[in-house]
Amino acid sequence: MLSMQEILETIKMVQEENLDIRTITMGISLRDCGHLETKMACRRIYEKITRLAGGLVEAGEKISRQYGIPIVNKRISVTPISLVAECSSTENYLPFAHALEEAARATGVNFIGGFSALVQKGYTEGDRRLIASIPESLAAAERVCASVNVATTKAGINMDAVLQMGHVIKETARLTAARQGGGCARLVVFANAPEDNPFMAGAFHGTGEPECAINVGVSGPGVVKNVVERLGRVDLGTLAEEIKKTAFKITRMGELVGRTAAKMLQVPFGIVDISLAPTPAVGDSVAEILEAMGLERCGTHGTTAALALLNDAVKKGGSMASSHVGGLSGAFIPVSEDAGMIRAVEEGALSLDKLEAMTCVCSVGLDMVAVPGDTPVETIAAIIADQAAIGVINQKTTAVRIIPAYGKKVGDFVEFGGLLGRAPVIAVNSFSAAEFVRRGGRIPAPLNSLTN
Amino acid sequence: MSPLNDHPRGDRVIISVLGKDRVGIIAAVAGVLSAANVNILDISQTILQEYFAMILVADMGNSNADLESLKEKLSVLGTELGLRIDAQHVDVFNYMHRL
Repeated sequence: MLSMQEILETIKMVQEENLDIRTITMGISLRDCGHLETKMACRRIYEKITRLAGGLVEAGEKISRQYGIPIVNKRISVTPISLVAECSSTENYLPFAHALEEAARATGVNFIGGFSALVQKGYTEGDRRLIASIPESLAAAERVCASVNVATTKAGINMDAVLQMGHVIKETARLTAARQGGGCARLVVFANAPEDNPFMAGAFHGTGEPECAINVGVSGPGVVKNVVERLGRVDLGTLAEEIKKTAFKITRMGELVGRTAAKMLQVPFGIVDISLAPTPAVGDSVAEILEAMGLERCGTHGTTAALALLNDAVKKGGSMASSHVGGLSGAFIPVSEDAGMIRAVEEGALSLDKLEAMTCVCSVGLDMVAVPGDTPVETIAAIIADQAAIGVINQKTTAVRIIPAYGKKVGDFVEFGGLLGRAPVIAVNSFSAAEFVRRGGRIPAPLNSLTN
Repeated sequence: MSPLNDHPRGDRVIISVLGKDRVGIIAAVAGVLSAANVNILDISQTILQEYFAMILVADMGNSNADLESLKEKLSVLGTELGLRIDAQHVDVFNYMHRL
């Protein structure tokens, strides 16, 4: 029998602490949609997505009402389009972006991920065409998310792709300058990209995935923050223990929602991604959890250690709560989407260098970071290379989602609105890395990739 | 469509009433439940400082309403009484607190 205290705890999490399910993402394989004629391929893509995901939004809303837990986003991820479009006789993949956009609108999802290519070891023709089509596609299709995997621990870092992504990011920022470079908010450069990630903008449906699957991303920084505050001055072992228990409870909600959605839609349940994902709402911030632990501001010395404790405790609790944990599964630190991070940058407590250090111990990487619009392509490429190196050497996922803010300088703000929030433009190192990144080639896979 | 009914106790809901204490709360909530033919199995209440917290466990097995419409009715009542009244399926609580 449930106790009164347990019942009240659950109610409080939902009503006061912003506990929600961040996303239900339906992964759909498009591997059977290729066609020599682009038009036919696009029609197949549209038809398959709308057929399988037609009931996704309705199911999400129904579950949300029944269980009384908000499900913030309903989304779709698809097979990397470079694989699907490769057999079509077209140079430009914009029509495929349009097909995804139309399918997203028809099904009512706010984002569709998978305008993607995996090029850690080199390009195929399809990869080359897809990457070249990214800026134009993100400018034309507002719900489409693109991602490119440029490195893995097993393959090393494709530095040609890294430099090209520097160009692609700058060009996307230029083409979407009127929308504050918003196209770049839907473009992720990965190392060790997971194939079952439900979170945008980096979601795609990997080649090892089934025909269709439901993946769920949980949230809950507000709940964790309140636990940390309530505990007061306990030692860090006790703190970690309580965060672990809380992460367990949060993840159980993800498991319940995922299983119910999968049953309702009659597709297999994939994974729960146990990431702590902040929102711009005050109190729903990862930075504020770190500050509640005793840091005056996120970004000061000790931040990496505090984040490491948080990230590990969330994983330990979350992994016990779900039968299948996957995706990114770690704390997110997107600057523009986290009120505490924004404040830390504004007040000079948090720099790009510290953010990079933080990415060594948590999920993802430099996420939703705005840099001055005149940042050179090579500098952006070098930032990507650093992140990829961290991912490759530490056998973890890292990603860069960076927004060159056209016409803006350090201290200015870019406003994306909604869940994407607002980002203060952050300073980059003014010394050049151009000669290094222009060398091209591939940084070899590290020794620790030889595990067999 | 109702995966909830697959559960052996698939029709149990937990109704929570939170807010400032006043006369007639239990009667009013029970009235709505009775009208919907929802059977109350257990009631527990407490006063947290000046706030009133009541938890009802109820069985909707023979109810003429579905959970969504019951939630709607309770929410309307809550607005009238200046209280927060919600109904959630028992799975939410069981999943969170029990393995």
